Amino acid sequence: MSAASSANAGAPAGKDGSTIPVLVITALILAAWYAACLPMNSNLPQLHNAAGDLMARYQIAWALERPVLPAPHQILIELYNATVNTALFRQTSDGMVLNPRNLSFHAWVTLSATLLGFVIGSVLGIAIAVGIVHSRTLSKSLMPWVIVSQTIPILAIAPIIIVALGSIGLTGLVPKSIISAYLCFFPVTIGMVKGLTSPDTMQLDLMRTYNGSAAQTFWKLRWPAAMPFLFASLKVAITISLVGAIVGELPTGAQAGLGARLLSGSYFGQTIQIWAALFYAAMLAALLVVTITAAERATLRVMGARP
Amino acid sequence: MNDMRMDQATPSAGGASPSAIDIRQLSLTFKTNDGPVFALKDVDLKVGAGEFVSFIGPSGCGKTTLLRVIADLETPTGGTIAINGLTPEQARLKRQYGYVFQAPALYPWRTIEKNVMLPLEVFGFSAAERRERAARNLALVNLTGFEQKFPWQLSGGMQQRASIARALSFDPQLLLMDEPFGALDEIVRDKLNEQLLRLWSDTKKTIIFVTHSIPEAVFLSTRIVVMSPRPGRIIDVIDCDLGDKRMLEIRETPEFLKIAHRVREGLRAGHSYDD
Repeated sequence: MSAASSANAGAPAGKDGSTIPVLVITALILAAWYAACLPMNSNLPQLHNAAGDLMARYQIAWALERPVLPAPHQILIELYNATVNTALFRQTSDGMVLNPRNLSFHAWVTLSATLLGFVIGSVLGIAIAVGIVHSRTLSKSLMPWVIVSQTIPILAIAPIIIVALGSIGLTGLVPKSIISAYLCFFPVTIGMVKGLTSPDTMQLDLMRTYNGSAAQTFWKLRWPAAMPFLFASLKVAITISLVGAIVGELPTGAQAGLGARLLSGSYFGQTIQIWAALFYAAMLAALLVVTITAAERATLRVMGARP
Repeated sequence: MNDMRMDQATPSAGGASPSAIDIRQLSLTFKTNDGPVFALKDVDLKVGAGEFVSFIGPSGCGKTTLLRVIADLETPTGGTIAINGLTPEQARLKRQYGYVFQAPALYPWRTIEKNVMLPLEVFGFSAAERRERAARNLALVNLTGFEQKFPWQLSGGMQQRASIARALSFDPQLLLMDEPFGALDEIVRDKLNEQLLRLWSDTKKTIIFVTHSIPEAVFLSTRIVVMSPRPGRIIDVIDCDLGDKRMLEIRETPEFLKIAHRVREGLRAGHSYDD
């Protein structure tokens, strides 16, 4: 959820005068967060038995080792320590490898599954949309399944996919990518069906008067017309692809990945570690959305969109 | 030249002379949930090569439908229609006509030049030929210098001119125009009417022009086909050649007003069925 909700934060702010509102909201959230640290943690022994005035109690609440709710600066310090302050590589008998103590190692494990799943899901989503748009039979037979596929909770189906693929020897990256793809093809299909059918009657009749083939109509009309829809879908797809990769790391007891860090953090009560992984995932999602937004702008500029 | 055109325009007299368009007993009935809609009924019409024929009538009279039948965008349910001796489908496959829609229908992601090149790409013209034809036809509609602009950067009138250049780019003998200037203001429309007339006399194309404006029809046409709705049919065909070199001022002359009056009478007669 945090990955998805951070998607909007990824849009560049400031150009349209939104800097100040964004800062105000951020300040309000931080203030509420800091204020909540005391009541949320007040059942912990350190605070339960602590005497002193409110400020003293708050200072304890903001510096707990295993708080129920850590303070934001604790999370940032943990993030800093787990990335910049930890060696990214380490020497092994095989040579230099990524250091599993560094959070960026885990982020990369998750990111690689996310990107592979995103590519598979997007290609699949576009292929299904093309089929649905061009064939009435496919439109009738496939569309209900596309929708049903998304009614199954991913948490229920993820372990099945992991176990099933594991039994045929596929582990690690591929099963996670497939869970990502399973989630992210859906918005691409829905968006592209809408996009590929977006040309109006006149634009289509025009191609008919030229006796344009189905392929020509597709490449010269439907595909370019669908571009804005495609990018809108891809922005949704990339964030839920990340969610899919993290979910794929949960049921297997994976040793690496942001999902694994979330899980091990919860086993050992390392709330700060959980939050740090969450923050990292959110930043990753923001980065991915910003990347797609940049690709969108570049593409649409070439296609003559109004600035 | 004018005489020659007039000869071709009246093939029934000569018998063997080929018509650009020959429509006989044409009917088109749409089946809807509310019962059949008689869009066209028993339409007979001959159009000679080089003529400028306008279809005029109230909305719902089937004038656009008739144009779409000629373009093979609708299939008639009765009667025959021949375009240069071919069926509409054959004519479409042989790319014998250019079609100009009510809206410019330019593809917004293509520059003006690329829009004009669209049919040429579909037909497989070489890149050099595409460029040359785009330049020539954009010059014909006074859009030289706007090649690299995108449609939204042009006014409505310029966009419609670009769409005319696109329809002319592959040099079809027949130009089908469906209320091309209907969405434009009066001043732009007058200007485009003059330009279209000049273009027609320069290129010797056969033009079928759908409109609901009486002055536009009288000013442009060599013949006016007055149509009436429910069922869509032809109620009058008016000869109307005001000479090759006519300017907008001709609209003040008695001849012009006389023809306009006859068109208006025809439209009124058709309308009385409604009330």
